[in-house]
Amino acid sequence: MTTKAAAKAPHLDLAALVDDPGTRIVVCCGAGGVGKTTTAAALGLVAAERGRRVVVLTIDPARRLAQSLGLTELDNTPRPVAGVDPASGGSLDAMMLDMKRTFDDVVEQHATPEKAAQILANPFYQAVSSSFAGTQEYMAMEKLGQLRAQAEEDDSWDLIIVDTPPSRSALDFLDAPKRLGSFLDGRFIRLLMAPAKAGGRAYLKVLSGGVTLATQTMGKILGNSMLDDVQTFVAALDTMFGGFRERADVTYALLGADETAFVVVAAPERDALREAAYFVERLDAERMPLAGVVLNRMQRLAAGSLSASRAASAAEELADGEESPTARTTSGLLLLHEDLAETAARQRAHATRFVAGHPGVPVTEVPAAAQDIHDLDGLREVGGALLR
Amino acid sequence: MSTPATFPGVRLHVVTGKGGTGKTTVAGALALALARRGKRVLLVEVEGRQGIAQTFDVPPLGTEEERLVSDPSGGEVFGLSIDAKAALLEYLHTFYKLGRAGSVLEKVGAIDFATTIAPGVRDVLLTGKVYEAVGRRTGGRSSTGRNKGGQPIYDAVVLDAPPTGRVVRFLAVNEQLADMAKAGPIRSQADSITEMMRSKETAVHIVTLLEEMPVQETIDAIAELRAERLPVGAIVVNQVREEILDDDELAAVAKAVTQPSPELAEAVRADLTAVGVKATAAMAQGLLTEAAEHADRVALQREQEADVVAQGLPVYRLPSLPDGLDSGGITVLADALGEQGVA
Repeated sequence: MTTKAAAKAPHLDLAALVDDPGTRIVVCCGAGGVGKTTTAAALGLVAAERGRRVVVLTIDPARRLAQSLGLTELDNTPRPVAGVDPASGGSLDAMMLDMKRTFDDVVEQHATPEKAAQILANPFYQAVSSSFAGTQEYMAMEKLGQLRAQAEEDDSWDLIIVDTPPSRSALDFLDAPKRLGSFLDGRFIRLLMAPAKAGGRAYLKVLSGGVTLATQTMGKILGNSMLDDVQTFVAALDTMFGGFRERADVTYALLGADETAFVVVAAPERDALREAAYFVERLDAERMPLAGVVLNRMQRLAAGSLSASRAASAAEELADGEESPTARTTSGLLLLHEDLAETAARQRAHATRFVAGHPGVPVTEVPAAAQDIHDLDGLREVGGALLR
Repeated sequence: MSTPATFPGVRLHVVTGKGGTGKTTVAGALALALARRGKRVLLVEVEGRQGIAQTFDVPPLGTEEERLVSDPSGGEVFGLSIDAKAALLEYLHTFYKLGRAGSVLEKVGAIDFATTIAPGVRDVLLTGKVYEAVGRRTGGRSSTGRNKGGQPIYDAVVLDAPPTGRVVRFLAVNEQLADMAKAGPIRSQADSITEMMRSKETAVHIVTLLEEMPVQETIDAIAELRAERLPVGAIVVNQVREEILDDDELAAVAKAVTQPSPELAEAVRADLTAVGVKATAAMAQGLLTEAAEHADRVALQREQEADVVAQGLPVYRLPSLPDGLDSGGITVLADALGEQGVA
């Protein structure tokens, strides 16, 4: 395998990264379908077998991958993964994120039992916690914060590896403190809470006539019973929002800290690399600690010294020429090689372009596995390739 | 192999799929295929990714519908990137003739609240706009009354929808909303949208690759869509790689792989040398290794293909484009859909 493009980019040394006890959090991000979850799990496994005590937080693993990690139920709690080699003193726990449950936990922790019950029963809350665009991103970070706090408290883990939701909005959590802040300081929220707080008409005095018009309009559009639900919901959340925002700030600081490393996972294709470029640039703009980019699923060639064009012409000659008993097999092998070599060259061109556009960003390449990964051996193999 | 259907009565084509399967590209190709049959098509995206602009290689789309393609047949493709905020303001204007109240809502942050924070409202606005486009007729923008007098402005609307994991929630959002809003104008709007989504005018197509996860998500999505009574259209298998070897060649290679022998590697090396390739034993062995991996992959793909076909839905197959969408790739895909009977 040639590594010309990667030679220009600094090498992303994931072995050094996971071996460094100062690395406490690794966040894997990237577009959907590039093998992000597999990368997170494989990194977790090899780190554990090199002596780290690891917990991997996955968002939405493929069924067989989940099974290989022993994740048969979604119970929002890390469970030990069976079959991990404990010889180096490490361990591996894994969990799948249950976003609604995480949200419920937040409510229960930060509100009085009575108020919590009220919030959990509110139809608006039920919709927010299961379908609010972005909830998954927020809850992934909330869970990260919880795991980090637990690690601090009982020393159960010294490395947390987080998979992120498969979308661009995966980085929305970076905006969480800002968004929550402007939301809470917004006049609209005060407006919605005013009736509940002031109980009656007192609020009319403090708020302008425009606001009254706004509430009336909202009532007209939403229907008054829905507006009541919204008001109850917002008022109920009011008490816990302070804590929510504070923790969002803490998580943001945590993500930017030296103990954290972001790993962007990409496949050597145009669209996936465009997404990777977006992630790299966004993390840079936020001054988040980017460790580098994993170029996943690179086509490998077992007969790399033979060029695509040479293979094609040789196949043609074989078909025309004197029949040897194996001519048909050999020409088939050559046609196959031509196709693979062309794919490899195309991927190489994409990778080169990406590296040229992002000088100084460390890169490592992982060859495509012939089979889907569905057991620890497969993960171990990917992990080995990641750490090279 | 299933016989592809043509979806003649369908006016809203919803295209979903796991992330990374190329659903935006397929949505674009479908819109183009319909336009080539002389149809006036609106291609809509809802996630603000400007995927349509990238697919058709045009500047980013705004909140107005823009013509992307005029086909000699008279067909046209228009593109729109629906923005929730613009949709809300338009909605308020259409239904409530809101002048001042609209800007007041904007000023106090209600518009931001509704479009970014409030649950589901965003999806309601986005599906609401799609509903409006499907129902829009000549002689007035009517999205409520379905003014039967005029002709539909668009023969078809193709929606580049959220990925499989979120699509059912997205399409069924109006039903959820109907649960929350017991009465009032939002309620009746929500009911009409749900009715359209479940009608014969709608088909939800799922894009997949012949890989384990996308196929699994496709099967899961079909079940979820059916549970919500949303009409499932076709499965589109994207990036189907050309068969490099025919079955005989594959069999010959597979045999070589299942019965590896130093003699075979040597025979291959001799064949190579005979046609002037400076072949080493390692190169011959390398070619056999590549073939073994290829055989594995073909076997895996055939397994996935069988799972796709077993769903009993129409299946369309789109070729893998070596150069991506550069140099007219979208046209190749639209042609492939046309040849397979999309109309």
